[in-house]
Amino acid sequence: MADNNAITVNNIKRDKAKETIGKGVTIFLFLLPALLLFVGILIAPIIISVYRSMYDWNGFSEGTFIGLNNYKELFTNGSIKFMVSLKNALWIAFFSVFVQLPFSLFLALLLGRKVKGERTFLSIFFMPVLISTVVIGQLWLKIYNPDYGLLNRFLDAVHLGNLKHVWVGEVSTALGSIIVPTVWQYIGYHMLLMYAGVKGVSTDLREAAMLDGATKWQVDRYVVIPIIKPIIRVSVIFAVTGSLKSYDMVRILTEGGPFQTTEVPSTLLENMLFLRNRYGMGSTISVMLIVLCFAFALAITAAFKEKEA
Amino acid sequence: MGNKNKDRKKASAYECQEIEYNIKQTNPVAKVFIYIFLIIWAVINIFPIYFMFTFSLKANDEIFGENIVGLPKNWLWSNYISAMNTGNMGRYFINSLIVTIAAIAISIMAALMATYALTRIKWRASKLMNSFLMLGLTIPLQASIVPVYVILSKAHWLNKYSTLIIPYSAFTLSMSILICTGFMVDIPYDLDESARIDGCGLWRTFFSIILPLMKPALSTIGIYAYLQCWNEFMFANVFISDSAHRTLPVGIKALSGAYTTDWGPIGAALVIATFPTLIVYIFLSRKIQESFIAGAVKG
Repeated sequence: MADNNAITVNNIKRDKAKETIGKGVTIFLFLLPALLLFVGILIAPIIISVYRSMYDWNGFSEGTFIGLNNYKELFTNGSIKFMVSLKNALWIAFFSVFVQLPFSLFLALLLGRKVKGERTFLSIFFMPVLISTVVIGQLWLKIYNPDYGLLNRFLDAVHLGNLKHVWVGEVSTALGSIIVPTVWQYIGYHMLLMYAGVKGVSTDLREAAMLDGATKWQVDRYVVIPIIKPIIRVSVIFAVTGSLKSYDMVRILTEGGPFQTTEVPSTLLENMLFLRNRYGMGSTISVMLIVLCFAFALAITAAFKEKEA
Repeated sequence: MGNKNKDRKKASAYECQEIEYNIKQTNPVAKVFIYIFLIIWAVINIFPIYFMFTFSLKANDEIFGENIVGLPKNWLWSNYISAMNTGNMGRYFINSLIVTIAAIAISIMAALMATYALTRIKWRASKLMNSFLMLGLTIPLQASIVPVYVILSKAHWLNKYSTLIIPYSAFTLSMSILICTGFMVDIPYDLDESARIDGCGLWRTFFSIILPLMKPALSTIGIYAYLQCWNEFMFANVFISDSAHRTLPVGIKALSGAYTTDWGPIGAALVIATFPTLIVYIFLSRKIQESFIAGAVKG
């Protein structure tokens, strides 16, 4: 009897063990496709990038280990233009955070007041987000065209011909010509996120504040904005990291020119591969991009926490 | 008395919620300004698209002459023919379609399976695994471009459809899992348990119970992934150099280099690249907006 019991217990144990193994295998198989893609295309290449960023490497030979020299060169060698590219990316980030986001917030708050045609306005304002940046860039090239572009012809028509420029070809205006369409295109994106947040704030709460004598703008300022702060934080993070990553608009509008004054880190990275054959330095730039994106995301999160405290 | 009045006001505000915080109570002058402002901004946002459609149908003498913003006088459909023939846009369109559909399919399947393992099977490290996979939301695409490029070129794997399909499905994966999770945790867990009692294994539960219930999630993920892949430019520009496998964004860049002085065909190419998105948007605007919100607010 006791023996029998022991056998059944053993059997149950064995069955259980079998079941756990089976379950483990199932979990593994279910995760396998995702893990293969994720590790193969993202995680492993990043590790290789970090490793290769310490090499002088042309991509095909073995390369020589040079420690942190690439990083040092990145910040000190002016002909690499990394500091210029970083400065440009930060300018884009600056205008995104301080022009684009306030404007998006303003639109979101306006639409949140149940204006007539709210949905239609929302859908129209969001439209540029969906269109490829390449298409948007091409359209803006037609606007900026020095001879036939809308902008210069408009300036002629209003007798301000002396303000005409070769917009994407002059050092003084090229970066601005990139910033304007970039900021414009994504206003709708941030507006949509903030609008969703504004709609989520209960009407009762807002009306209670108004009964206490607050004006609508005060309600927005002291009730709505504090509640949607987490969304604003996400928007700030997206705006800054998005600016650091910018590539499409620069490639289409200026190709980094004139005289490499509008390079951004991603276009430099591509140049390292195709123009200079410096794969080690290319890896260094991509590692810097990851570091900067994470550092800014953390710093922004921390800044928002501090404000709340 | 005053108190009573206030109470009544509060009660009425409660009953019809829209009474206070809306535009109706704004003074009429401010209201007019608000509408004028919104309409001007709407025009600024529609104008580029209108401009694109009209100049795609014009000849140079209209575009460069007096009729730069008006409707075309002669509707020049031949611009589309030259964009399709000499500009190869038909080919690029099909390439984009193949790459996008394949990447979406792979990404959705991998995401559904992974999400099932993460949310509906209980195991110890599932939370950790989930946050690992969510790293993909913050990692910039550029991070992996050098090694992937070197490996692909050593393996002679550049200039194929799969050169783009595999990275695209990897880059949309984290977002797909995130959106999937949102939908899958809403399915009651009782379903799994009763399936278990009826003798369904994990695999059968996944394929015959969970998958059919995930249909509403598919369109949300699909739309998001479509926009990412259809518009992607950097990888396509770096990895694809032969014209047979170019996607639309790369094709447009090549075309604009070739037709610097002839704007009509370029306009036609831009329209060809954009109209699928606009058609989808006209019919599914709410769904598209929801998928963007789902992606950002939870992430």
